[in-house]
Amino acid sequence: MKKYKTLTAVSAPLPMTNIDTDKIIPKQYLKTIKRTGLGKGLFSELRYNDDGSDNPDFTLNKPAYKNAEILVTGDNFGCGSSREHAPWALLDYGIQVVISTSFADIFHANCFKNGLLPIALPKADVDKLMKNSERGANATITVDLEKQEILSTDGETIPFNVDPFLKRCLLEGLDDIGLTLGKTAAINDFEESTGEVRPWI
Amino acid sequence: MTAPKTLYDKIWNDHLVHQADDGTCLVYIDRHLIHEVTSPQAFEGLRIAKRKVHAPSRTLAVVDHNVPTTDRSKGIDDEESRIQVEALAKNCADFGVEYFNELDPRQGIVHVIGPEQGFTLPGTTIMCGDSHTSTHGAFGALAMGIGTSEVEHILATQTLIQKKANNLRVVVDGKTPDGVGAKDIILAIIGEIGAGGGTNHVIEYCGNAIEALSMEGRMTVCNMSIEGGARAGLIAPDETTYAYMEGRPRAPKGAEWDLARRYWESLPSDGGAEFDREVYINGANLPPIVTWGTSPEDVASVTSVIPNPDDIDDESRRATKKLALEYMGLTAGTRITDINVDRVFIGSCTNGRIEDLRAAASIVVGKTVNGNVNALVVPGSGLVKAQAESEGLDKIFIDAGFEWREPGCSMCLAMNPDKLEPGERCASTSNRNFEGRQGFKGRTHLVSPIMAAAAAIAGRFVDVRELD
Repeated sequence: MKKYKTLTAVSAPLPMTNIDTDKIIPKQYLKTIKRTGLGKGLFSELRYNDDGSDNPDFTLNKPAYKNAEILVTGDNFGCGSSREHAPWALLDYGIQVVISTSFADIFHANCFKNGLLPIALPKADVDKLMKNSERGANATITVDLEKQEILSTDGETIPFNVDPFLKRCLLEGLDDIGLTLGKTAAINDFEESTGEVRPWI
Repeated sequence: MTAPKTLYDKIWNDHLVHQADDGTCLVYIDRHLIHEVTSPQAFEGLRIAKRKVHAPSRTLAVVDHNVPTTDRSKGIDDEESRIQVEALAKNCADFGVEYFNELDPRQGIVHVIGPEQGFTLPGTTIMCGDSHTSTHGAFGALAMGIGTSEVEHILATQTLIQKKANNLRVVVDGKTPDGVGAKDIILAIIGEIGAGGGTNHVIEYCGNAIEALSMEGRMTVCNMSIEGGARAGLIAPDETTYAYMEGRPRAPKGAEWDLARRYWESLPSDGGAEFDREVYINGANLPPIVTWGTSPEDVASVTSVIPNPDDIDDESRRATKKLALEYMGLTAGTRITDINVDRVFIGSCTNGRIEDLRAAASIVVGKTVNGNVNALVVPGSGLVKAQAESEGLDKIFIDAGFEWREPGCSMCLAMNPDKLEPGERCASTSNRNFEGRQGFKGRTHLVSPIMAAAAAIAGRFVDVRELD
């Protein structure tokens, strides 16, 4: 996984609640056996008209947000299916940070495995950043993971929380399977001891 | 004396391999289920890093999401689906994982076959790259949906890196009225807590209405925990659980069964165990429920009307619900029983088990599907299908005008050819009414199997309590 660096970018507003992973990446794109190339399917049912042309009303299709790398959205983003294709599609499209009041648990975990940063903030802060994003292409914001701060266009600092282990994984681009394989002896011990106590498993 | 613990606390503690100072834990995974859609990239990752599967016998693979539900003895027409199915077969062969292919009589939806085979056991940790893995919590197993990177992590290490979630207790007391069952209970709970209400919680379902449910009913409840935002739902094991499990192919036998039972009996939450949150539902007051929107939290009693989004204070929530009504082609104030349906789907990991099919058949027997409705029954597994056929349920459905299909996920997520056409409205026993879930621009109303069966006959939603 590539290391996460401080990002200064345009943020696009998507003021809807309960955006599910079917909406982020519909099932017809799940037949792939690869992790790449899913950006074309991102939000496809919102993003394209029935004839396949771009829907000009969808936030990411508006000229102001063509280069957006940050998404500001409503409660419970990423709910529903466990498909990791959702963060793969967001990243492949070019979104690197999603800001909301809350994220679904599986989506949240999937983001960190791929270098996408989900930031949960109090509603007042999300509302503020939503308004900020509505100002368009010149209203860039900065997301500094090291300092755990968002800098708004007008220079206001908004702090955010992030799990320290997940933060380290993102900043250092860690391979967590490699980390766990470093604990193989403990895993083998666990298997041996539980095998005696619960042999039916 | 140790502090009283919840069922979740006990399973968690018994699976801790390592705990770091910051609370990050390495949790052992006893059972791993995989299917064709979320596993290919995980195996690809293993190959790239030259890693092997740590404990192949702890993983069971089955094909379910992509397979057609029509005759598949001649193979799969859709090329991408076929490639994905073939990839699973090859990955299982290469890495030594047991695999039920599309022609195996035991094949079926991953969350139907786990319990059926006795692979799902109380007190175990069970993971699968599918959010409805919460189903297995019905046995008192800690069961969660995971992403593909986590599938790869389990294959390579048989563990997951996790932090402990909070405990949420949902108590459902009272005898549910006739015509009201497990599906209505869980939809009512989701309506109460909201689609994100269970986020970062593991739900334990308690109360005499839960205890009265069969294993099939308990699986329906736990299955939809994720629709309330909870990655896992649990029900304490009891005599109903043991009676369901005993004699299943992979359940312990003889002296091991006795030993296991003693352990299982120690699992229920201790008296006085603390929950971070509690929710109470009076089961005696529950009506049959129909969803009206595009989130499983959009629930209404069959006797009520479509609610008015203008009554919602929060701006983005109000806007979202207005869009939902527009998508669904409905207007506020419409009676639920005035909504006509074009399609009916009975099946899925929520309601594709034998008891669900028996219940639906009891409504259908001797009647005919409405002329405007296309209705489909998709058994959850090959064994469910065989059982139903031995009881003559297939004949009841076929005589009434239903299609009777081969097992799979089918029109729950419409990855195979079973899907709604744009604008079609479906009464579905599945778990998600998201936009496009059952087909591009398709409109889904979630209901119980008997409500779906009754809608197929009437051509619109009806209150099953008022049927003769």
